[in-house]
Order: sequence, then C-alpha cells, then structure tokens
Amino acid sequence: MSTRFWNGNMAAARAAQRARVQLVAAYPITPQTHTVEYLSQFVADGELDASMIKVESEHSALSACCGGSAVGARSFTASCSQGLQLMSEVMYFASGMRFPIVMAIANRTLSAPVNIWPDHQDTLVNRDSGWLQLYATNVQEIYDLTLLAFRVAEHVDISLPALVAYDGFILSHANEPVQEITQEQADALLPPPGVTERPILDPAAPVQFGEVLFPEWYPDYEYKKHMAVKDALAVIEEAFDEFAEATGRRYAPLEADGCEGAEVVLLGMGSMMQTARMAVDDLRAQGRRVGLLTMRSFRPFPEEALKAAMAGVDTLIVLDRDIGYGTAGMVYPDVTRTLYHADDRPRALNCVIGLGGKDITPQTILRCVEIAGEDHGDQTVFWPDARGPAEGIPWTGEVAPAGAGR
Amino acid sequence: MAVKLNEVPAVEHLSGGNLACAGCPETLAFRHVLKALGDNTIVINATGCLAVVMQMAVPKVPHFHVLLENAPAVISGIDGALETLGRREGVNLLVVAGDGGTADIGFSSLSSAVERGQDFIYVCFDNECYMNTGGQRSGTTPHGARTSTTPVGRVTKGEDRAPALRKDMVEILAAHRIPYVASTSVAYPLDLMERVQKAAQVRGPSYIHCHSPCPTGWGMKAEETITAARLAVETGSVVMYEIENGVRRVTRKVPRRKPVDAYLAMQSRFKHVTKDPEALAAMQTQVDLGYEELMARMSP
Repeated sequence: MSTRFWNGNMAAARAAQRARVQLVAAYPITPQTHTVEYLSQFVADGELDASMIKVESEHSALSACCGGSAVGARSFTASCSQGLQLMSEVMYFASGMRFPIVMAIANRTLSAPVNIWPDHQDTLVNRDSGWLQLYATNVQEIYDLTLLAFRVAEHVDISLPALVAYDGFILSHANEPVQEITQEQADALLPPPGVTERPILDPAAPVQFGEVLFPEWYPDYEYKKHMAVKDALAVIEEAFDEFAEATGRRYAPLEADGCEGAEVVLLGMGSMMQTARMAVDDLRAQGRRVGLLTMRSFRPFPEEALKAAMAGVDTLIVLDRDIGYGTAGMVYPDVTRTLYHADDRPRALNCVIGLGGKDITPQTILRCVEIAGEDHGDQTVFWPDARGPAEGIPWTGEVAPAGAGR
Repeated sequence: MAVKLNEVPAVEHLSGGNLACAGCPETLAFRHVLKALGDNTIVINATGCLAVVMQMAVPKVPHFHVLLENAPAVISGIDGALETLGRREGVNLLVVAGDGGTADIGFSSLSSAVERGQDFIYVCFDNECYMNTGGQRSGTTPHGARTSTTPVGRVTKGEDRAPALRKDMVEILAAHRIPYVASTSVAYPLDLMERVQKAAQVRGPSYIHCHSPCPTGWGMKAEETITAARLAVETGSVVMYEIENGVRRVTRKVPRRKPVDAYLAMQSRFKHVTKDPEALAAMQTQVDLGYEELMARMSP
C-alpha cells in the first residue's frame, strides 16, 4: 500500500477508478472541475475502461448516469453548487428509479451573490432527494468514502444513489497524504461492476421503467424508499467494519470523542471538524470537558448513535455550515428532533458558521463554546462569524473593539 | 429499399389497449416505428402524450419513460454503458418525444447528444403544440394557430409571432451534419417505416421528424386526422424529405400543390384565419415561400 499526495478531487477520481466505474458523465464547475479532467485523462490513458459522456449540462450528466444505471453499468458523476441545483430534478428521479449512482461533491454555496467557496448549502437543500449523503473531513476520507459509497448504494437491500461531499477548495484543492487502496482490496470490498440483481433495460428480458404509480400504491413505494435510506445505516456500518479490517482505518457514521459527561459537545460535518478538533484539544488542555461528534453520514441519519452520545452532556452545539432561511441551520432540526424524546436531553444550540467559505478558525469554534456559557435568554440560533450590529445583525461574534463597526 | 405493404411485419410490439384520444395518430405511428425496428430495441420515451398512452399500450420491448427534457442524455448514457459492457452490438436505441420535448425543453440535450455522435434514432412526433397538458403553444406551433396560451382575443389573434419564425427542427438537426435526417408524416406509415429502417442502418445519430396532427388540439373530427396529415403534405405545409450524408432528396413529391384553404378550414384553431381572406392569403404566401425556399435547397 503506497502513500500518495493528492488533492480532494484527485482522491474522488482515483476512488472512482478503483471502483472500476463503467460510465462517467460530468460537467465542469469550480471547484469540482479537476475530477472531470482527471477521469477524462484516466480514460484517455487507458487506465480506466469507462465510457466518458461529455455532456452539455449537469442535468444531462446525471441523466446519462441514469441511462448507464438503467442498463446495469456502475455510473459516476461529480458536481456542486449551481450544477447540483440544475441536477436537482434528476436527483429525485434517480432515487425514485433506485439507481445506485455515486456522485462526488466539492461543496460550494449557491448564488446569488456569486460565491465559489464552500458551505453545505448545495447538498443540504437536496436533503430529501432520496440520496445517501456522506461527508468527508479530509482527503483520505474522500477517497475511502467514495469507494465505499458504491458498495452501500449497490447493496441489494438499498439500491439508492449516494453522494460524497467534501468542502470545495479546503479539501478539493488541498493536497494531503492519502493511503492508496490496492485494486485487489477494492475488488474485495465492492461487488463486481456491471453485475446486478436489479431489473435492467435488456431486449432479452423487456421491462417497463418510469411508469405512473397511482395514489393507491404511492405511499407504499415511498415508504420502501424511506426505509431503504434508514436501512443504509447498518450497511454503512458493515462496510466500515470490513474496511477497517482491510485497511486499519476505522470510521463511524457518527464518531463520538469524549462526549460522555461533557459540559459542551460540538457536532458538525466536513473539514471544520478538523479545525474543531484543534479547538477542543486546547480547551481540554485547559481542563474543560468538551466532546466532539463528527457526522460522516447525514443520510442515513445516525439517530441512535446521537442519543447514545448524549449521556450526561450539558450543552450540545450543532455547527451548521448552511442555513435554512428563517429557521436554523439544516443539521440542527434533525438533531433536535432526534433528541426531543431522548431520556438524556442536553440543551441544544445552533451555530451557523463558515457560510460562503468564510474561514472557520479555531477561534470561531472557541467563540461557539463561549456563547454556550453566556446568557442569551432563549435564543438558540447564533451567527458567531457574521459581522454584527453595523450590518443590523445582533452581536454573537467576538466582542467588538470600542467604537469599531467591524 | 422501399417498404411494401405486404412486407410490413405482422408481429405487434405494443400490447392491446389505447389511452390516446380518439383519432390520435401517435400510437399508430409508434406501432409502425417499432415494426420497422423489431425486438432488439430499447425505447426512451420523453414525457408527453405517448408516455401517458404507453401506460396501457405497453411496449413489449424495454421501454423507459424518463423526464420531459432528458431523453437524449439518458440514451447517451445507455449508448456508452452498453459499449463498455460489451452489449451494444445489434441493439437499436430509440428516443420518442413530442415537439415540446424536442424543440423546446429538450433542445440542448438533443443538440448535444447528436453533436457527440451518440448512436441512436430520435423520432419526434410533432403535433405543433403541448397537447399532453391541454394545448399550449410550442416552438413548432405555426403562425396564427389558436392554442390555450395563444388564444384568439380582442387584441391578438392566435400565435402572433412573425410568420416566418418557427423552430425548423429538421434543418436544425441537419445543421449538426449528422448522418441521417428525415421529415415524414403519420399519413404515410410505409414512408415512416422506411425512414426508421434507414436511420437504424446509420452508425451515429439520426433524426426523424414525423408530422402528427392532433384532432383534440387542432379542433378536428377524430376521423379527419389522416386526411389532415395528407393535406399538410399535399399543400406543401409539410415537406417529406431526407438528408442522407448531406444529400437532400424529396421523398414524397407533390406535383401540383393544393391551396392551403382546405387544410386550414378543417382545423378550428385556424377558424379566425379562414374567415379572414387577407389572413388566409398571407398564410398561403408563407407556405409558398417556405416551400420554395426548401425546394431550392434540395440536391440536384
């Protein structure tokens, strides 16, 4: 097993190659573009035996993947932001057709105003598209999760599309050491490509796809899709276990660290959890009892693991790199919904940070922890890194220098 | 290789039943398209009347009703994937769509799929309107036609864009320099079958535009569909021709074109035109101009 020095987009592309994808259709968009270029190069160099459909839009990219999947081919695409929104219609279609397509997302916020930098707005507004959603915190995880996404998506009991999200630029463009998986390891972890028990379009055994389902049966179909998303949790855990045995790298849908009896626990997804780790280390060095919950699987949502991690916890701070306008961040409602009926229910606050690529520094995280110790009445949603009263936003950020509008 | 009536395969590729409006020619035409292609065919159906009709007249070949605008992209994926899987040989890939799915919302998907040289046959059944949603104008709706979004009112009378403006999908596809493009009509099923068979022999994209009058939307009696389709050709409103590797040829010659009066008079969507001698004369001029211009482009 060799160590590579890859950026996040290369890690996603290399994982797709290891998965022996048979159909790739993608359209360039910053900061995902490299992924398309790398895969094109692999095909051009004969390193990957796949059809590369050079489509004119993201809508067509995912549509072509649907075509590939409809005849049983392992299909892969990549996108983000506006591109993902253009795909949105097809995302619902793909999950409704139960096509196990895998997509890499270099998270980027949504226009307008124009902004090419990361937050989780693009993937989270597609929360209910029926796609499994995994979030990587570093480049190694992009590689590992993308590979495993094929296994989970194609599992006979699941058969749903899956996306692997990673923060644009912060992870897509940053080079990090990556432990490469051998082709033999990858082949052992994944089912053979192009072999499926799903019905496919084949003239030798004609089937009808995409037909009307009338109201009488519609809820039953939706329930099965709903349950497939839930059931994917066990399939992910099984995949993580087998992966750990093969590589020594162990993941959990929700990774808890030092949560039991903690005064404050920070929960979040993506690269900010690496930053949060630094802040937590500092706080622990000061004798504070601070826990960390890294969510790698947002769909399925790890309800039981979340409840289990709340034993004796005083305050849970959900870090949302996204905003459900007029309400809260988009991870927060799922967390509070899950904990509402839990025996051990902490106070749950929401910090909306890092929108549109605003740097999340250890200070940002420390400020979130500070807020938990301040008296803000019954306020639950905070914007610690928004600019404050000069912009008409109440202060929740660091204390303003005297007389400064910041 | 003209298709002869006694050579039309007896085998049916559609099951019984038909959800279409009385007099609809689309199921009829699709039936002949499938007869021309045979069993070894995968059909991608863009949302439209035919996709609804196929809920009952179920094809006996693999059939996938996709979205309104993405059929060419889906079939691109199938084309590529079957190649990688080693199962591409001998399979006809067919897209069927209406004029809305083709000329409007699916336009970029179609243009790009043929520009990439994907190997598939695209058949557009053109009824000059969005009939599946009850008759709204499309990019192929002719000048003057009354639709639910181009009503005849006190201020405007039907589709009032400039008479020459209309998406000419045959010429647009021809401009992509694809190997085979044809214009045909539901009134001539043997011609339709011949065009489809030719298209199937092409390696790469081929496009067939099939004029399909809609009695419901056009305001005609159910039994008048084929008469209307025939009159469209006989008046030169629709020209049946093909462009094979750049060579243009009229496939159904009309020695003496009939005046458009009778064709328009049978459609209530043109009632305000046929009542108005000036508007009627303008329509005739427009058809004449279009016809002459197209004939001038035919290969010697």
